[in-house]
This record gives sequence, structure tokens and C-alpha cells, in this order.
Amino acid sequence: MTTVRPNNFFLETDIPSNDVITNCMHCGLCLPVCPTYAITGREKSSPRGRIRLIKAVAEGTLDVTDGFIEEMNFCLDCQACETSCPAGVKYGSLVESARNQIRLLNKQSFLEKYLKKIFLTTVISNTRWLKITAKILRLYQNSIVEKIIQKNKIIYFFVSKLVQLQKLSPRVDKLFFDEQHPEILKPNGVSKYRIGFLSGCLMNVAFAKINEDTIKVLLHHDCEVIIPKEQVCCGSLQAHNGDFEIARELAKKNVDVFSGYDLDAIVMNSAGCGALMKEYGEYLKDDPKYFQKAQKLSNKVKDLSEFLIGIGLKKTERKFTKRVTYHDACHLIHAQKIYKEPREIIQSIPGIQYIELNEASWCCGSAGIYNVVNYSDSMKILDRKMENILSANPEYIVTTNPGCITQIAYGCKTRNLGTQVIHLATLLREIYGI
Amino acid sequence: MIKSSVLKQLSSIVENKNFYTSQEDKITYSYDGTPLLEHLPDAIIRPTNKEQISHIVKLANKEHFSIVPRGAGTGLSGGSIPVENCIVLDMSQWNKILEIDTENLTAWVEPGVITSQLHQEVEKIGLFYPPDPGSMNICTIGGNVAENSGGLRGLKYGVTKNYVMGLEVVLPNGEIIICGGKNVKDVAGYNLKDFFIGSEGTLGIFTRILLKLIPKPQTSKTMLAYFNTQSDAGKTVSAIIAQKIIPATVEFLDKTTIRCVEDFAKLGLPTDIESLLLLEVDGHPVVVEEEAAKVVECCKRNNAIEIKIAGTEEEAMRLKTARRSAFSALARTKPTTILEDITVPRSSVAVMLEKIQVISKKYDIQIGTFGHAGDGNLHPTCLTDERNYEEIGRAEKAYEEIFVEAIKLGGTITGEHGTGLAKKKFLHLVSGYTAIETMRTIKRALDPNNILNPGKVFDL
Ligand SMILES: Cc1cc2nc3c(=O)[nH]c(=O)nc-3n(C[C@H](O)[C@H](O)[C@H](O)COP(=O)(O)OP(=O)(O)OC[C@H]3O[C@@H](n4cnc5c(N)ncnc54)[C@H](O)[C@@H]3O)c2cc1C
Repeated sequence: MTTVRPNNFFLETDIPSNDVITNCMHCGLCLPVCPTYAITGREKSSPRGRIRLIKAVAEGTLDVTDGFIEEMNFCLDCQACETSCPAGVKYGSLVESARNQIRLLNKQSFLEKYLKKIFLTTVISNTRWLKITAKILRLYQNSIVEKIIQKNKIIYFFVSKLVQLQKLSPRVDKLFFDEQHPEILKPNGVSKYRIGFLSGCLMNVAFAKINEDTIKVLLHHDCEVIIPKEQVCCGSLQAHNGDFEIARELAKKNVDVFSGYDLDAIVMNSAGCGALMKEYGEYLKDDPKYFQKAQKLSNKVKDLSEFLIGIGLKKTERKFTKRVTYHDACHLIHAQKIYKEPREIIQSIPGIQYIELNEASWCCGSAGIYNVVNYSDSMKILDRKMENILSANPEYIVTTNPGCITQIAYGCKTRNLGTQVIHLATLLREIYGI
Repeated sequence: MIKSSVLKQLSSIVENKNFYTSQEDKITYSYDGTPLLEHLPDAIIRPTNKEQISHIVKLANKEHFSIVPRGAGTGLSGGSIPVENCIVLDMSQWNKILEIDTENLTAWVEPGVITSQLHQEVEKIGLFYPPDPGSMNICTIGGNVAENSGGLRGLKYGVTKNYVMGLEVVLPNGEIIICGGKNVKDVAGYNLKDFFIGSEGTLGIFTRILLKLIPKPQTSKTMLAYFNTQSDAGKTVSAIIAQKIIPATVEFLDKTTIRCVEDFAKLGLPTDIESLLLLEVDGHPVVVEEEAAKVVECCKRNNAIEIKIAGTEEEAMRLKTARRSAFSALARTKPTTILEDITVPRSSVAVMLEKIQVISKKYDIQIGTFGHAGDGNLHPTCLTDERNYEEIGRAEKAYEEIFVEAIKLGGTITGEHGTGLAKKKFLHLVSGYTAIETMRTIKRALDPNNILNPGKVFDL
């Protein structure tokens, strides 16, 4: 049972850390990098302001008000503020804890509660449900219904919200990734590394091609790739939205599953998932049975770019003579602090014309399920990204997170740009000709 | 508390979307960058033109509430922290550069323009606006003028006041004046403009600011010198100046600060040295070469253990950016960082550094020191935890002693952060009571009802 403390409007479980709150010296150096502060210019929509609001709730001077909840949800959790914070304040953990509190206190809005609940706790957390849902969606996306809805203005008006959302939802693949592969894949020659691979929840049903590309690139780099059948969704969307219970359950399951193999590394192709799996140890730190095992596993987690640079990227003679730019996924640059590796890989490709994107590390507005739940704010943030893309005028935009790919591709399509948005793995597979 | 009928009148002056009274807004406008101080305002207002400001000020005189102007809230002396019975006047949205005059080398800006944005804009056309506070990526020109802020380039180029040519000000009675202008020379009447510079929001609200620009230096060279003691670094500073060289930048970092900055910025700084100087000379390429060589020579003569020269402009930028993070990076060691801003004549930097070390031991508090050593401006920063009252008490005693020592050396209690709330009880130490009384006389004459940022700098 959780109880309310008299001088604190938070419940006692997973309370936002007092040490982290005090660590913020409110200097304001986070303000210029915060996308939501850039929209409103209001202190409460800045990291410094949100930390102060969390502090106020923790000290009992502010209740968990609608205004508080609104600000916690307005935050993208892009963590650009963490990168800019000289004091090293772990802002993301505070907002996620605050969101967890809001959920525990049962204070979410109706829509949010049910949308998030159904999507995050039931659908993607459970492979069977996810596949059933994806199959229904696949049927819908292939059906005449979709075309009618998109063409008929009146229906369009009523379901415009739904239509916006469905345009932003990824296309479901014809064949789910994990159904196409055996559990263990061996490279052609001698295998040098044993790699665990997370097929992911959405990656598995909607981005099978990227998974395919990643595997091919790993095999090409002499890796034996193991795709454990028992694995589950990593829990990142749940954790970032403050559903710690489910996230921990999923984490434990994956810790058990992946620890069963003797792996050199677990290689990730989704920045959000990678960020969370690197934090499994942190999330399970109060669980004596799991903590060490989880920490050990977290230490093995590597982003694809980080892993390839670490072992030595294979050279290729094939040229890729295109104008290419790179967008930093927030959970790669800010959460995992990976900046150099993807750039180094792209720039090493023969013939490539690399253009550094202005504000490359500014969030695109995808932010997990943010673009679905906070559609209009997410579009304002996307506008800024698209302006920078327009002035860079690339033929290809490379990134490392499925959410960013969908969001930026949507931005390009609605502006009638022919620019391709691709995953780094896709680019690599192309240049290796595999 | 401001009466609700008055709040209603206030809200009718601006558009709905520019007037806030929610608890969440009040809480998030209750602080600035100053540790340990906060106060809730009754409302936050964002005027969009000077007539609205004038209107608000007149209402304040009539209804007796106070107005606290605010830029970005990065101030370090509590200048924009609300007071009893007040509204916060948020100027951060006044962010347009109105004119860059390349014939007269001036710029008219709104007060909410962010300092580094002005840098970028003028540098695009080969011009230069030197003042560059550590907070330049977010602080506003209005805040800079109100605090007369300095920066890394202060030694050679001076501080904000050296670049203000004119001001448009809403006075505490609601009247609007323009003082100064594009004339290089102008001695008509009192020099009112200088009067408002550094007035910390107590004498008027700036609505437009005319700044002087200079040609951008052709080239620059940035260096790091490492030392085994703090006083060797201090002596180097005096030695360089005695050589009749004025570098653009001479910044000092002690061991604690170096460690924190390295932890954040990962530049590969050695963490076992006692101190370092970050130096930059700029100007004509030939002069830069010559001066850089002399600076290196001075460092060597004063026992520098190693001297590094930044190879590229990017590297130089990284070093300076890291230096700008020093204050906030110190919070890595302990959560609460109480920073001071004493300034001594440049020849006394080495002595002052030694005194700080002695005082730190005496009161058993951890102090990290960094600062604009070339200006004699040091930021001894006490690393503590606001939850440890006993230690905070000791820190306050230590600071009093540091102030007294600085003044004995002919120094001052604040070089660039202002008096605000944080230093007002020490103001008499450096100015004396008669000078404070003179300031009060001026304040009373301009603001008889004491509505503009009352209780800042001194109490009436
Ligand atoms: C990390 C960090 C580094 C810093 N480094 C430096 C440094 O190197 N050098 C330095 O000098 N300072 C430094 N500062 C202090 C601070 O940034 C400066 O004092 C800055 O000028 C404040 O600007 P602001 O826009 O944040 O003003 P605020 O803090 O909002 O306000 C400061 C004062 O200006 C007044 N004011 C604001 N706008 C107006 C207006 N339009 N009209 C009239 N009054 C107004 C306010 O009432 C207040 O008294 C630093 C601060 C931080 C947090």
C-alpha cells in the first residue's frame, strides 16, 4: 500500500529524487535548448521551471494540479537539457517519476488514461496482443475503408483527428520480422562476436525491413546474431510515460531471457530502446534479485553505430554519391551521449556528400507516443526541424530511431519533398551491397 | 497581496494570453539564478508595447503595488526575484534586433534580445559586440544593461556600459524618455544614460537599447597554461599586464573547478594541477603572434608547467564554452553553489587567491574559485547543500571575511553580478553610508512611491 505523506503531495513509491531536485541550481542554461520553452517562452514549460514545480509538489506547496499534469505531459522528455546541464541534473528521471506519480494518483485525463493504458500496457507490452492489433491495422491500411476515409471530406472532418494519427502511425509490415527468422543466425565466415538482438515491439511488426538491414550488417561484420524467441518489448515507451511497474516487469523478463545466452553485446537499432536497456540496472536498483544481473546486461547494450565503431567498421569500395544529412535521435545523443559514431560512419562512406544539419540535435517532435497524444505541439516542433531540413536540402536524411523516421518522413511527405528518411542500418546495407 | 480588482485592471491592459496568475506560473517566476532566495509574485505580465508598460507603471503608483522587471532570470544577486505585493514584468519576449547601422556601427535592440543572438547576427557582417557573460546563450541585453554585466572579453574590451550609447526608458512615473543616441560625442545636459546602466531595475524599465559595435578582430589565439600553485597563476596575470599586453581574455580556474568542468565537458584537462589560465589574444595577425609569444614567455617565467595552444577555432570555442559552464559545473560536487563576485586591483589577484584559501580552511568549507582574473574579478564559490543549515551559516561567515579582505586590498564586493538582494547588507562596506544615502536620494526623487523593484540594492 502506498500512503500520502502530509508535507508532500507525492505517493511514497518512486518519489522524484530529492537529491536530483536539489542538484538543480536554477542557472537557466537549459532554457535555450528546450523545444517546449521555445514554443511558449514561459518558465513553467522549461526544464528549470518543471523541476521547480516538482519540487513544489514534493514540498507540499503545490498539489498535483491540472496545470502541473499538463506541464509534465507537455515535456517531450527529449533530455536535451541534460546534455546542456553543466551540473549534471538527471532531469529525465524526475519527469518520468512525476508522470508515474500522476498515474499512481489516478489523475490522468480520460483520453490519456485509456489511450495510454490500452496502447502501452496491453498492446505493445504483450507480443500476442501487439500482433493481433497490428494485423487488424494491416487489414485496415490495405482496405478500401482507408481510401474512403481519406477521400470523403465529411467523414474526413469527423475523423480528421484519427486520420492525422493514422498517417503518423507506421505502416504495418506484410510479414512480422520475428516470424521470418530462426533464433540463431550465423555469419558466412568465422563468427567473432555473439550478439543478442532485440527485435522490438513496433520494430518487429512495422519496421521489419530495418531489423532485416541491421541483421545483415551485423552478419557482414562477422557476428553471430541471436534473436531470443522469449524476448519481450523493452519497456521504454512505458517507462518514459511513467508506467514503471510494467516497465520493470518487462525489464525483468528481458534480463532473464538475454542473460540465458553468453553474449558479447546486445546491439540496438532503436535509440529509445537502447537508452532504456542501458538503464535496466538503474530501474531495478531496488530489486536485490535483479539488480546485478540487470546492470551486467545493461553494460552489454550498444547502439549499432557505437558497436560498429568499437569493433572497426568494414570498408567498402561502393560509392554512394548523394547529399546526406544526419538527424540526432534524442535518445541517442542526449540519453546515450552518442554523437560522433554515426557521423563518423556516414562520413566514411565513399562518394557521400555529407551536410551537417543545423540544429541536428533538436527534437523532431516524435518523442515516443508524443506525436499521437500531443499532436499539435508535436507538429510545431516538427516545423522547426523541417525548416532546417529545407535549408540543408539533402537527398537522404539518416537517423537511428523508428519514431524519428516516421515523424520526419511525415514532415517530408506533407511538404511534398522527395527526401528519403532512412535508418543508418539501411544505408549501410545498401553500401555493402548485401 | 494585490487586490483582485487591481489584478483585473492589470489584466485588461494586456491581452489575456499575456497575463498569468496560476500557481504554476507564480512558482516558476519566484526565482532567478541566485541560490537560496525566492518569493512568489501575485501575477506575471507580458506587455507588448511601451504604452502598456507606461500604463502598468501608472497603475502601480495609483494602487501601490510593486513591479519587478525580468529578463531571462539568470541574475546572481536576486535582481528579478519578486518582492511582497508585486507583479513580474516579463521582458523576455521583446526579442527583436530593430536595426544594425553599418555606417555608424550601432544596433538598436529590444531588451529581450538574447546576448549570443546579437553576437551571431553582427558577426555575420564582420562586426563585434564584445560583452559575453557566461550566461550569454540565454541572458538578455536588458538584464545585461541593468546589471552592467561583464564577460570573458572584459579585460581588453570592457563591460556592457562601454557599449551602451542610448536607452529608451519608461520612468517610475510612467513617462517615457530617450537618453543618448548615435552621436559619438554628446555633452548636452546630465549624462542620464549612464545613470540607468547598472540600476538593477530600480530606476526605469528599458524598452529599447542602442549599442555600440566594433569591427570584428581579424584573428585570435587561445591558450591554456597549467600551474602547480594558485599564486603562480595569479602572478602570471600581473606579469602579463606589466608587460603592457592586454589580452582579450585571462580566465582563472582552480583545481576544484577544473575537475568539475572536465567532468562535464570532457576536454582532456589534467585534473591533478592546482590551477590554469585560459588566455586569448586577438587583433591583427602580426600583433597576435607577437603578443602570444610574450604571453607564453610570462607564463613560463612564472612556473607554468605546460602551455597548450588551441589548434583550431573550434577547439578554442570548446575551451571558452567549457569555461562558461564553470559556475554550474561546480554543482556536480555539491548541490548548492553560493558564488561571490569580489574584485580586486589586478596586481592583488595572487594575494586574494591566497586569502581565499586560508579562509576556506579556517571555516572548513569547500570553495572552488574561478573568474575573470585579468579584471581582478574572482568568483570564490562555496560548495554546500541548502539542506545543511549549519554549513550555510559557516559559509556566510567566510564570505563576510572574504569581502573584508577584498576591500582591504582596495577591492569591491561585486564586480559584475550586482547588489540586488544578495549583497545589499554588505554595500556599506564598500560605498560607505553617505554614498548609499545619495543613492537613496536619487531613488526617492525618481520613484517616490517606491514601486520599481523595491528593496533591491538598498532599503529605502
Ligand atoms: C551560469 C551563469 C553565468 C553567468 N556569467 C556571468 C558573467 O560572466 N558576467 C556577468 O556579469 N554576469 C554573469 N551572470 C549573471 C547574469 O547572467 C547577468 O547578470 C545577466 O545580465 C542577467 O540577465 P537576465 O536577462 O537573466 O536578467 P534578469 O536576471 O532577469 O534580471 C537582472 C536585473 O535586470 C533587471 N532587468 C531585466 N530586464 C530589464 C529591463 N528591460 N529594464 C530594466 N531592468 C531590467 C531586473 O529587474 C534585474 O534587476 C551569470 C549567470 C549565470 C547563471
